[in-house]
Amino acid sequence: MAPRKSERLMNLVICLLVSRHFVPKAKLRQLVEDYREQAPEAFEKMFERDKEELRDLGIPIEVGSVTSGFDDEVGYRIRRSEFELPPLTFTAEEATVLGLAARVWQHASLAEATSRAVLKLGADGLDTDTTPLSALEPRLPAGEPAFEPIWRAVQTRTVVTFDYRRPGTTGPQHRTLEPWGILNWRGRWYAVGHDRDRQATRMFRLSRITGSVQLLGKPRAFTVPDGVDIRAEAARLSPATDQRGVARIRVREGAGNGLRRRAVSVTPDMPGWDVAEVTFHDAVALAEEIAGYASDAVALDPPDLRESVIRHLKGLLVEVAR
Amino acid sequence: MYEPARSAGPGGAKEQVRRLLAMLPYLLAHQGARVTDVARVFGITEKQLVADLGVLWFCGLPGMMPGDYIEVDMDTVEGEGVIHVSNADFLARPLRLSADEALGLLVALRVLRGTGRESERALIDRVITRLEDAAGQASGGMDKVAVRVDSWEDPQVGAVVREALDQGRRLHLRYWVPTRDETTDRDVDPMRLVLADGWTYLEGWCHRAEDVRLFRLDRVASAELLDEPAAPPPQARPRDLSAGLFQPSPDDALATLELDPQAAWVAEYYPCEEVTELRDGSLLVRLRVADPRWLRRLALRLGGTARVVEPAELAEAVREDAVRALAAYEST
Repeated sequence: MAPRKSERLMNLVICLLVSRHFVPKAKLRQLVEDYREQAPEAFEKMFERDKEELRDLGIPIEVGSVTSGFDDEVGYRIRRSEFELPPLTFTAEEATVLGLAARVWQHASLAEATSRAVLKLGADGLDTDTTPLSALEPRLPAGEPAFEPIWRAVQTRTVVTFDYRRPGTTGPQHRTLEPWGILNWRGRWYAVGHDRDRQATRMFRLSRITGSVQLLGKPRAFTVPDGVDIRAEAARLSPATDQRGVARIRVREGAGNGLRRRAVSVTPDMPGWDVAEVTFHDAVALAEEIAGYASDAVALDPPDLRESVIRHLKGLLVEVAR
Repeated sequence: MYEPARSAGPGGAKEQVRRLLAMLPYLLAHQGARVTDVARVFGITEKQLVADLGVLWFCGLPGMMPGDYIEVDMDTVEGEGVIHVSNADFLARPLRLSADEALGLLVALRVLRGTGRESERALIDRVITRLEDAAGQASGGMDKVAVRVDSWEDPQVGAVVREALDQGRRLHLRYWVPTRDETTDRDVDPMRLVLADGWTYLEGWCHRAEDVRLFRLDRVASAELLDEPAAPPPQARPRDLSAGLFQPSPDDALATLELDPQAAWVAEYYPCEEVTELRDGSLLVRLRVADPRWLRRLALRLGGTARVVEPAELAEAVREDAVRALAAYEST
């Protein structure tokens, strides 16, 4: 069946494209073989579905009225100027850039879409040179199962609901979001939008969405407030990165390299040890890092950092004993 | 009458029509293109391509009189394996870009712009502008997608590494290996730069490991250009990173960790063989560990929010580490 359907869709496109005027539905029924063979009701259904599918492909089908005799009849056409990609020529250098861009996405359907776009632009032929322009080959993965539904919901402005698990909490929470935008940062995807439950702008990491993303209601259900900049919102919602203080940490010679490499200063201390001064904004995170070095790093100052490390290490012993 | 195979392939009729609308202009512009090449360019099998051509054979202008059909020379397709298409001038231009095509490409170009060299920016910007013009409405959603590419590496390191790649020269690196808490010296024949998981890596032949290694640029303490040319041996092949950066080997030992909700990020961050949710909301994960020092350090960082269940000797080692670390606070 499918090939016949492909032929029918192709012939419908051609028919609507080559006509200068709106083609009445009755005329279409005569012109397209499959339609001719259907009972009136079946034809109506088939034609409606076909129209929808072609619109899904991005084909602009216009509806207008055709005067025939005394009646106005509904007719259809595809305006060539709306259908066709305007002709473009690219220099060899520009074509190379497009060829590289087509290799960036690691998400199957977007990788396919971008390769097809490059083909349509005529920038990738059998003879295209794909030697990388610079040696860098960036890859953009989107392995999160929630990526595709959110990507679509952002474009169609459809409200979504999902279960979301935040670290440090037990059990996922049900959330309802008007997704304004989608953001990739450090290889992970985030959705930014209006959280209907919290009545506030929120950011969600897609990998923390458990189960499937449900679409709620119809497309174009909300408007993104004027002047919203996804990057600025994301930056505002990310944890602050201002420096809170300077820590003094005693590190064994040759060890604690992660601390040493970002230290403001490293000065010799007692034999076999140095003292590193490190700026930080999150005492808990720094305490965890220091604990990771076991007996090769000792927090000296500030006192709350020192307490944090001791508490952290003791917690470890309690748990191991349990 | 000739009756070619016409199956629609994956995605059904809709995908086939999408493909045909892109393929027809391509075939008209590349008369005599080879079946193998066209199949590769469109990412389909040769069998599917022949089936697609079979569909075109039944398409044409309304009325469908003999001269109205698109002409596909099936003899040369089956004989010499080349494609000639004619009588299809009404579909000589491809359909304008869909939202996914336009947005996907624009996002990709922005990634290239963010990771490329200063000197390439003007060229990439030109392509972006032209594409936005061509895409028109389809690129309207561009402000809704953002990709932030930050470089955290030392700019001097980045410049030296790029110069070495351009000139094909060997590098001397001082490189920090967090797992072993070491800064090591090594000579590397650079092969390529890759961006993965948001970090920039240099892939190259490491003379110390005598193998291909990936070096995260922000962990390179210093890089120095050597006089020797880069000469990776023939067996040096870039790794296939499509499955992710961490690719545990089946030879690596298995470890079991119990993670409280605060430590659940571990299951997200590292590839696990198995993740089981326990009744109290904690997770039981099994993962491959190439170097036990890595797990020891991870367990120390996680503190009371995680437990090493297996292997038992590793759990004991973590306990001893913690006891010794605590002792330092009693004596100071």
